[in-house]
Amino acid sequence: MDTTPINYKRKLNIPWLFEMAWRDSRRNRSRLFLFVSSIIFGIAALVAIYSFGFNLKNDVDSQAATLIGADLAISDNKPIEASMQSLIDSLGDRRSEERNFASMIYFPKNKGTRLVQVRALKGDFPYYGSLETTPLQAGKDFRNGKKALVDQTLMLQFDAKVNDSIKVGKITFLIAGILNKAPGQSGIQAGIAPIVYIPLQYLPQTGLMQKGSRISYNFYYKFDKAVNMDKLVKKLDPRLEKAGMNYDTINIRKENTGRSFGDLTRFLSLVGFIALLLGCVGVASAIHIYVREKIASIAIMRCLGVKAYEAFLIYLIQIASIGLIGSIIGAALGSFVQHILPLVFKDFLPISISTDISWMAIGQGVVLGVIISILFALLPLIAIRNISPLNTLRISYEQVNLLRDPLRWFVYVMILGFIVVFTFLQLDSWLGSVFFTIGILIAFLILTLIAKLLMYLVKLFMQSSWSYLWRQGFANLYRPNNQTIILIVSIGLSTAFICTLFFIQSLLVKQVSISASGNQANMILFDIQTSQEKGVAALARQHHLPVLQQVPVVNTRIAKINGKTEADVKKDTTLRFSPHTFANEYRVTYRDSLTPTEKITDGEWVGHAPKLGDVPISVEDRFAKHNHLKVGDKIEFNVQGIPVSTKIASIRVVNWTKMQTNFLVVFPKGVLDDAPQFHVLLTRVPSKPASASFQQAAVKQFPNVSIIDLGLVLSVLDDLLDKLGDIIRFMAMFSIITGMVVLIASVRISKYQRLQESVLLRTMGASRKQILAITAIEYFFLGALSAATGILIALAGSWLLAKYSFEIPFNADLLPALLLFLAIAILTIVIGLFNSRGILNKPPLEILRRDV
Amino acid sequence: MAVHPNKNIKRVEIILNITNLGKTYNSAGKTLTVLDNINFTVNAGSTNAIVGPSGSGKTTLLGLCAGLDRSSTGIVELNGINLGDLNEDKRAQVRNQYVGFIFQNFQLLPTLTALENVMVPLELRGEKNIKARAMDLLDKVGLTDRGHHYPAQLSGGEQQRVSLARAFSNQPKILFADEPTGNLDFETSEKVVKLIFDLNREAGTTLVLVTHDLELAAKTQRIIRIKGGKLVADDHTNVIA
Repeated sequence: MDTTPINYKRKLNIPWLFEMAWRDSRRNRSRLFLFVSSIIFGIAALVAIYSFGFNLKNDVDSQAATLIGADLAISDNKPIEASMQSLIDSLGDRRSEERNFASMIYFPKNKGTRLVQVRALKGDFPYYGSLETTPLQAGKDFRNGKKALVDQTLMLQFDAKVNDSIKVGKITFLIAGILNKAPGQSGIQAGIAPIVYIPLQYLPQTGLMQKGSRISYNFYYKFDKAVNMDKLVKKLDPRLEKAGMNYDTINIRKENTGRSFGDLTRFLSLVGFIALLLGCVGVASAIHIYVREKIASIAIMRCLGVKAYEAFLIYLIQIASIGLIGSIIGAALGSFVQHILPLVFKDFLPISISTDISWMAIGQGVVLGVIISILFALLPLIAIRNISPLNTLRISYEQVNLLRDPLRWFVYVMILGFIVVFTFLQLDSWLGSVFFTIGILIAFLILTLIAKLLMYLVKLFMQSSWSYLWRQGFANLYRPNNQTIILIVSIGLSTAFICTLFFIQSLLVKQVSISASGNQANMILFDIQTSQEKGVAALARQHHLPVLQQVPVVNTRIAKINGKTEADVKKDTTLRFSPHTFANEYRVTYRDSLTPTEKITDGEWVGHAPKLGDVPISVEDRFAKHNHLKVGDKIEFNVQGIPVSTKIASIRVVNWTKMQTNFLVVFPKGVLDDAPQFHVLLTRVPSKPASASFQQAAVKQFPNVSIIDLGLVLSVLDDLLDKLGDIIRFMAMFSIITGMVVLIASVRISKYQRLQESVLLRTMGASRKQILAITAIEYFFLGALSAATGILIALAGSWLLAKYSFEIPFNADLLPALLLFLAIAILTIVIGLFNSRGILNKPPLEILRRDV
Repeated sequence: MAVHPNKNIKRVEIILNITNLGKTYNSAGKTLTVLDNINFTVNAGSTNAIVGPSGSGKTTLLGLCAGLDRSSTGIVELNGINLGDLNEDKRAQVRNQYVGFIFQNFQLLPTLTALENVMVPLELRGEKNIKARAMDLLDKVGLTDRGHHYPAQLSGGEQQRVSLARAFSNQPKILFADEPTGNLDFETSEKVVKLIFDLNREAGTTLVLVTHDLELAAKTQRIIRIKGGKLVADDHTNVIA
């Protein structure tokens, strides 16, 4: 008898495990690749976004100077105080000065009018980069006469040519050139507020600088010798802050631009991550089926002496290797896709973006892909440890249950932990990442529950009287190894994503359209001087337009809250007020009554100020909540240099969705009546020609008055939402493609499951048509149920967003949703049938003989 | 009886010692007794058959004897090692060291060639020059030129012969065969049976086979009859060699 003691601690033979993994993968490699193909598009999306982010960061760093155009910029929204003038004049070696304000302009050639952003400039600004103009020299030449640079969108809109003229206020300027791009300006900004440059020396003659006009005073400085700007602004900060002035340096702009685009790329990487998660669910589901098929092989290995963890490692090596290959392909695809991203983002970017290959992004994507494919594959893989060698014998008392391993809870925790950590790295907020993870979890749970409910209902309501084809097709939805859950989750989530975007966009646009309908105001005239108030109203009536509202507006700042200044709040962080509350300028009004869109929720409305004591004001509900203000709190306002002590008498809820002037703070009559102010007039124009004719007359008679035409706002909003939607849709496309790949993978995998059965049916005489019908019924219902679930979730999500986030009535446009439903259902059938063709086109014997 | 320094190993002539062996399963709230109080020993180098009607528990008995499963009661001692003391991984190592298997449905790894299938038990032991030994075994079963074929490319008889070569590759002390000819035609069965007994004799291995086939059972030195989970007869048909 052999009495050699057994060394139970056998050394792990890693090369042999790799060899076995390689051998075992024979004839399965294309299937294994199909499993991980689900993660390719998720990785591609992330690598594309990461590469874009890295390039963006580098480009912002290298082009930051051209974003600001100077070493230092100082701005104020009121005329410079005399005490500050010497400082303003002493900085830098070269200086430029600019006044920036909204105004109407008039194209005499075709009598067109439009609200634009006028920039009246003196000096050689920009010192970095240039005003990009056509012709090229116009960017410099316009400063030498009554000449203007006009934004290219305006030129196109009004069919204007260089050397035509425009009227700004009372002065007519010659169009010296087309402004293609101003420093730091993006395409979308040009669309919303097109810019017109004029020389500063002609500004007084335009008559647009009136009291109460909202003008920004900007000063740009260039330092010829190297100056430490951070040190300089730190020194200047107390004085500038005291004077209520803002400043900007290349470094500050670099940080701010980097941060805002960083936020954007991080948000988009989360969208890409959702695609990756979808793919991973597909991987887990596919590996589960794969492991089931491998039970016999694993049992044989166990019989021959392979330990549980060795068997586990053999398959882990397979999945990790194929995950690595999938991730590398995804990363390569992502590096290609990143070339498209600057095109998708072009309207939002103030700088030109390079498309260099980012090895960092590729590395991150590959590591992420391998980790996440292993994590999700672990769920079915850990079950390998429990596969008994008994499965080699005929004994089947104990069913092999791949999902009952207690270690799976550890894997679930690892997956959730990974998602939280990954999202934290994107969002830099634990709370945000936990909410995101919970959100994802809830979405997955809802979809899984709906899928399970559907399977239960199909089982419950299926009648034995139905034809065999229908019964078989339906039964495939709940039979073992069905794909109902995985497809409803993956296709449902992508459909929900796309549909929610669509619903919200159409809701927002519709909301503005509704505002423009009925008897509501659709034109706002502002910057009306007190002396012009009656004249403008009279002009409106002359044009048979109703004066729906006339409201005075006073610019103020908050100086103290309950006796505490901004400095006190900064020092004492225990105070509930934010320092930002003091930094903002508030446009307030005064009146003796509430408007129909306002409702007092706390305190009492006071319409007339008492002769003595604090002025009783009304504060908007959300503003009060945000700033922790309550009835009885005292606020000291700085009304253009004059302190006004007030007390919150009431809190109001305001319906902001109505097209009218709404205010955060309303004063009673009798306090601000004589303060410097401007007026706003709301009217309703019945048609485009009526609008054009009224605008022409108003601009001619009151050149300083600005007009917002809601029709124009609507088209700009639609355009903006369209462009934003394009970006999100582009990213969501990765989820859709992933959903489709998961669908193809599931169908291909199930082909092996269904092969024997279909072949048996064919052997027993089922026609090609009958098998086709069974398959079509199954996939139609899978596609239809997935799409319907996704659309229902989108409806619920949009309703919640509309009600609680946008606070607008929910009214979904169902026709496009129906088209999406049909498209997904048909696509699912096509993919299902296309991938099942192998069963239909080959003789049964060939498949029966094949070792599956 | 001398005790080996390793506490699990005793110097005995008996390769397999079954004492009060029982196996029960819980199914739908009821306890199902598959084996009840089985006692027997198997001498090293002997040939043994376990026979009995379908559902009598003979395959369960084989599984327990080979350490593929744990018993509910009783003791299984294989080569002096109490399998009940070992976890599944240690039993796997015992199987790799001392046990060979032949199955009714061959149980070859479908993605490995015939040669690789034979090599696996040796690879697991970390042995060297295994390719030549595996080729030698394939030669003995008459499959020299089929080494690079996959199981699906072999006939049933050929697959069983590969399985035989694999079973003997680790020079097992005991060979368990579950209906080794159950899936083969008469002629092929004859050849495979002859091979099993020839290789067994040549290697001095103990043979325990489970079969319905009384003719095959009669070729062994001893027939253990199982019925309803109980050992009903233990016939020593031939003189132990």
